[in-house]
Amino acid sequence: LFFRGRTCCRVPPRATPAMNCRAEVLEVSVEGRQVEEAMLAVLHTVLLHRSTGKFHYKKEGTYSIGTVGTQDVDCDFIDFAYVRVSSEELDRALRKAVGEFKDALRNSGSDGMGQISLEFYQKKKSRWPFSDECIPWELWTIKVNVVNLANEQERQICREKVGEKLCEKIINIVEVMNRHEYLPKMPTQSEVDNVFDTSLKDVQPYLYKISYQITDSLGTSVTTTMRRLIKDTLAL
Amino acid sequence: AMDTDLSSQDRKDLDKFIKFFALKTVQVIVQARLGEKICTRSSSSPTGSDWFNLAIKDIPEVTHEAKKALAGQLPAVGRSMCVEISLKTSEGDSMELEIWCLEMNEKCDKEIKVSYTVYNRLSLLLKSLLAITRVTPAYRLSRKQGHEYVILYRIYFGEVQLSGLGEGFQTVRVGTVGTPVGTITLSCAYRINLAFMSTRQFERTPPIMGIIIDHFVDRPYPSSSPMHACNYRAGEDNGAVYPSVEDSQEVCTTSFSTSPPSQCVFTVTKAHFQTPPPVVTDTLKVPVMGLAFSHQLSSSRLSYQPAALGVGSADMGYPVLFAGGLNAAHPHQLIAPGKEGGVPPIPGQPAHGTQADQERMCTPLDGVHYSAATPSSSEDTETVSNSSEGKCGSPHDLLETIFIRKVGAFVNKPINQVTMANLDIPFAMFAPKNVELEDNDPMVNPPDSPDTESPLQGSLHSEGSSGSSTGNTHDDFVMIDFKPAFSKDDILPMDLGTFYREFQNPPQLSSLSIDIGAQSMAEDLDSLPEKLAVHEKNVKEFDAFVETLQ
Repeated sequence: LFFRGRTCCRVPPRATPAMNCRAEVLEVSVEGRQVEEAMLAVLHTVLLHRSTGKFHYKKEGTYSIGTVGTQDVDCDFIDFAYVRVSSEELDRALRKAVGEFKDALRNSGSDGMGQISLEFYQKKKSRWPFSDECIPWELWTIKVNVVNLANEQERQICREKVGEKLCEKIINIVEVMNRHEYLPKMPTQSEVDNVFDTSLKDVQPYLYKISYQITDSLGTSVTTTMRRLIKDTLAL
Repeated sequence: AMDTDLSSQDRKDLDKFIKFFALKTVQVIVQARLGEKICTRSSSSPTGSDWFNLAIKDIPEVTHEAKKALAGQLPAVGRSMCVEISLKTSEGDSMELEIWCLEMNEKCDKEIKVSYTVYNRLSLLLKSLLAITRVTPAYRLSRKQGHEYVILYRIYFGEVQLSGLGEGFQTVRVGTVGTPVGTITLSCAYRINLAFMSTRQFERTPPIMGIIIDHFVDRPYPSSSPMHACNYRAGEDNGAVYPSVEDSQEVCTTSFSTSPPSQCVFTVTKAHFQTPPPVVTDTLKVPVMGLAFSHQLSSSRLSYQPAALGVGSADMGYPVLFAGGLNAAHPHQLIAPGKEGGVPPIPGQPAHGTQADQERMCTPLDGVHYSAATPSSSEDTETVSNSSEGKCGSPHDLLETIFIRKVGAFVNKPINQVTMANLDIPFAMFAPKNVELEDNDPMVNPPDSPDTESPLQGSLHSEGSSGSSTGNTHDDFVMIDFKPAFSKDDILPMDLGTFYREFQNPPQLSSLSIDIGAQSMAEDLDSLPEKLAVHEKNVKEFDAFVETLQ
C-alpha cells in the first residue's frame, strides 16, 4: 500500500534507508478518531522544518527566498495544538495521505497497527535508458497503535495522555532537526527540482513522499500484551 | 590565523542576524502566550522585510521592550536574553511559569558561513521555537487566560534567574546554532509544579456579576473561543487566514487581557512612534491627567509607584497599560507605544538583569501635556514625578503615552476606588462624586453601624430594606443565579454567595437621604464660595481637559 506525494521511479518496495539516510521512528498509541490529528501533527511539524519559501533565481546564480507563514492548529480529539506551514496545498496533500492511512487501518481488520512514513529524497538523474534514482536522505516513520476505549472517562484520559505524548514527539522531532546533519546542498536553478518540490505555489518543501503499511495481525499473545500496556498507561 | 578571522562584513552581518534573531525570538514567545491562535500568510515573493524567511509579526511594544532590555547589546557569554512568562491571578498572586533563555557560549565554529548557513539555521531554530512554544504547559494555560488569571511577560538581559520556577523545573532545548563568535543556544526552563493549577480549574466560568462592561467592546464573551486580540472580527473562526501584517495598517494587540470584554487595547500606526499619538479604535482614549480635576486626585491617586499598580496591590487586579520600564516584581502586560528609539525614560540602562529589578515605571506623560497649560497643576505633576522616585528623568523625556485601562472582571470594588484617571469608561468625568479621597469614601471606611455581634451577620440586608424606603432601587439588577468563583466555607460561617446577597443592598448614603440633605443645605450654601474658589483655581485644568474632548 503506497501513497506517493510525488511520482518517482525505481523506488524499492519498502522505503529502506540508504546508507547516509537517517531514520527516525516515533510511536504513538491513539484512539481511532485521534489517528488523523496525531499523524497530521507529526507530519506538519516535520514539514515545517523541511520547507522553505519559494526560490526565485536571479542572474549569476543567486536566488531569493519567499516567506513561509505559519498557523496554529487545534486538535478536536486531542488536548493538543501544533504549528503548521501556511499552505493549503500542503495541508491538503497531507490530509489526503493521512485519510487513506486511517481508512486502511480501519478496514484492514487488523488489530489497528500500522505505520506511516515520510521520506525526504533527492533525485539523481541517470542517463538514458536508466530512469532517475530517488535517494532518500531522511526517513520518518510513525508507528501507530489504535486502541479501543470502553467508556467516556477513559476517552477523556486518552485525550490528555495522547496530548502529552505528542508534546514529547514534537520535542523529539525538534531535537533531530537541531542536529544539523546532512541536508541537500542548495541547488542551482537547473537542479532545484531534484531537491525541492516546486509544485506548490506558496512554499517549497524538500522532495518528499508518504507511504504506509498496515501491520498484519500478529499472534494473540503479542496483541494482548500491547493492549495491557496501553491500559496500564491509561490507568490513573 | 588570519584567514579564519571573520571579515568585517561577515561580522556586521552576524551581529545583525543575532540582533534580529533575538527580537524575533521574543515575538514568537510572547505571541505564543497571548492566548490566541496565531496565523500568518506565506508569500512566494520575498518582501525583503521578513527576517529569516518567516512571517513573524512584530508587535511594536514587544520589540520596544526587547530593545530596551538589550540596550544595544547582543547576547554574549554571561549575558543572556531571557523572556520570563508568569501567571497572575485575579487576587494578585503570581507565579513564574517559564524562562526562555537565549544564550551564547564560547564554542565557536570558525568554518561556518555566516550569510548562508548561519542564517538558514537561525531560521530553522525559529521554526523549532514556534513548535516548542506550543508544547510546554504554559501554552495551554495561556489559551485559557482571561477570567481568573492572565499571563504576563518580562524581558531581561543578563544572568538567567531560574529560582522562581519552583523545585524540579524541567528544561527543554529548542536548539543551537554555531557561529564564528560562539554558539547560540535557545532553551526553556519551565515549572512543572502546577499541581494546584491544573487547567481544569480554569475552565471558563461566567464573568462575575457586576463587572463593568466596556461599552466599546460589543461582543459578549464567548464561552468556548479563546481570548482575542482587538483585531478579532466577529465571525472569523478557526482556520481563517488572517492577513499578514503587511496588509494591515495597524497592529492592534492585547498581550494579556484581564477579563472577557475588557481588554487593554490600543492601536499604533505602522510608522511606529514618529507619528502623532496612536489612534485608539476600540476604546475611549482617556488622557490621564485630564480627569484629574481635583488637586487631591492628582497627588494621591496618580501614583505610579509599583505599589499602586500591578502585582501585590489590592486595588489592581487587572493589567495595566503604561509606558516605560518595569519593576521586576511587576511584569508588564502591555506597553503603550513610546517614542521608538527615543531617549529611554529610564536613565542608565543596567547591564545586568538583576538591575532590571530597579527599573521603575515612568509616569505616563499626559500629565506633562497639561502641566504646560495649567500652571496651577504644575505642582501636581511634580508630585507625580517625585512620587516615581525621580528615576524617570525629566518630564520631557517621558514617553508620550495614552494611558488606557479598562476595568476588568477582577475589579470588585466600585468605581470610587479606582483611580479615576485610569478608568476607561465613557463619560467617566460624569461619574458621580468619585473624586473624594479614599478617607471620605464610605465604601472604604463604612460608617460605624450597625452594631451587632457579628458584622457579617448584622442584617445589613434589613437595614438596606428599611433604607430603601428612600427609594433605593437596586431592582434594575436582579441576580438570578450567583455562582461565585473560588467560594468556599473556610473562616466565615457563610459563603461568598450569601455574603454577596447580604451586602447586595447596602444602606443609602446618609448624605443622600433627604432629612440630612435639608439640614446641610445651609452648610452647602455656605461652602459654595470656597468650592468655587477651588474650582476657579483649577480652571485651566478644566479647560485643557475640555479641549481634549474636542
